[in-house]
Amino acid sequence: MRRVVVTGLGAVSALGLTAGELWRALAEGRSGIQPIEGFDVSQLRFKNGAQVRGFAADQFFDRKACELLDRFAQLLVVATREAVRASGLVLDDELRSRTAVVTGSSLGGQLTEERAYTDLYRDQRPRIEPLTIPRAMANAGASHISMELGISGPSFTLSTACSSSAHAVGLAFWMVRLGLVDAAIAGGSETPFTWANLKAWEALRVVAPEVCRPFSKDRQGMVLGEGGAALVLETLERAESRGAPILAEITGCGMSSDAHHITLPLSEGAAKAIAGCLVDAGLQPEEVDYINAHGTGTLANDPMEARAIRKVFGTHADQLPVSSTKSMHGHTLGAAGALECVATVLALRNGLLPPTIGFTVPDPECDLDVVPNEARRAEIRTALSNSFAFGGLNVVLAFRRWEESRT
Amino acid sequence: MTDSDPLVRQVIDIIADKGGKPPETIGLDTTFEELGFDSLDGINILFALEDTFSVSIPDTIAQEITSIRMAVEKLRPLVEGAAG
Repeated sequence: MRRVVVTGLGAVSALGLTAGELWRALAEGRSGIQPIEGFDVSQLRFKNGAQVRGFAADQFFDRKACELLDRFAQLLVVATREAVRASGLVLDDELRSRTAVVTGSSLGGQLTEERAYTDLYRDQRPRIEPLTIPRAMANAGASHISMELGISGPSFTLSTACSSSAHAVGLAFWMVRLGLVDAAIAGGSETPFTWANLKAWEALRVVAPEVCRPFSKDRQGMVLGEGGAALVLETLERAESRGAPILAEITGCGMSSDAHHITLPLSEGAAKAIAGCLVDAGLQPEEVDYINAHGTGTLANDPMEARAIRKVFGTHADQLPVSSTKSMHGHTLGAAGALECVATVLALRNGLLPPTIGFTVPDPECDLDVVPNEARRAEIRTALSNSFAFGGLNVVLAFRRWEESRT
Repeated sequence: MTDSDPLVRQVIDIIADKGGKPPETIGLDTTFEELGFDSLDGINILFALEDTFSVSIPDTIAQEITSIRMAVEKLRPLVEGAAG
């Protein structure tokens, strides 16, 4: 089986418009969660969100593309450009046909859809914008990447709620490993700040009024985040032969379904994905040094995730740091898996565990070392990234620090 | 507070309707657990109560509503506040 490495990262989030800015904020334990802009929050039970600030589409796209791309596709394309640039990947004709684009988004172009419905139902306009369909379709981001880079291998988009882009990274990894393609752009994006979507989350009663405190006894829920993230995956052989900057090896993926409840997660399902990832990566539980948790900060997720980790790791869980970067970049839904893979790779590279911020009171139901409030220096070799979605769909990815992989 | 209290009757009718249970099987001290409701039934009921009485039930209060009695107790001040 071919070994697969990560050679490029890109991220646009509430913590900045690049992966570098994301990492600086995570390392400093700085939150991107702020009062929600653009909406009358006096009509909402929650007030804060992790919106991408200072993203001017015309800095990245010409006038025509600004009109053609919904913001969710823009964030994905900008993150992908960063990842490809950093990887130095040269897409010649042969590689273009041997490269895949696999992306994830839960909502797709909901901003565009909402504008269309407003025109139609509220303003009683007789017609809506002609680009509504190509802007709103969930695969728009993947298609624009394919067109921009001339990638003619398989391109598609997965929509599995909060696991969308984790499924995308996992499937892209398997495709490269199995030789279906030689390289892949894997990523995802989400722009959940539309009035209807904010109201829908409010009605579901899982959003914290102000602060996201994963694993803390006084946690009150998740905080919505906006973002896009991308990884360049390629075979180790190709990366080495072209002298590419290898950031980490991606060594395994586990996927499972709870087969239980549409919103309530089941620890057995999560544990099955974690255990499956260890088998896929050829890892013993005690070899795992860090987990970037799903860690939404909801009442239901965090104790479920702690139970799943305890189930798989047993007493090793006592020495296993587990942090939730959602406390800083918010829950970016369909983008979360890819964004947190970026954070996990950077944690391996920098030998630094990003903290779970906003942590105040330990919860006996979440008895994990959650790296509370301050980043921690740790020379970790192997890290996992957990993603669990509504609908009971679980994905866990394993990464290894590159220096260690040489032997 | 008794089963014949008008607000109790109204709350029971709403919960019976949303939960698909005959109202005569529900009393003041019936819990959502006894009715076999899960978290999604719970948020549907909260939504119906908010919509019927034109009030907003904060999440912290909503988490305490696990029975008919708690629903009425938590709802009454909100309803009276809205009316007054």
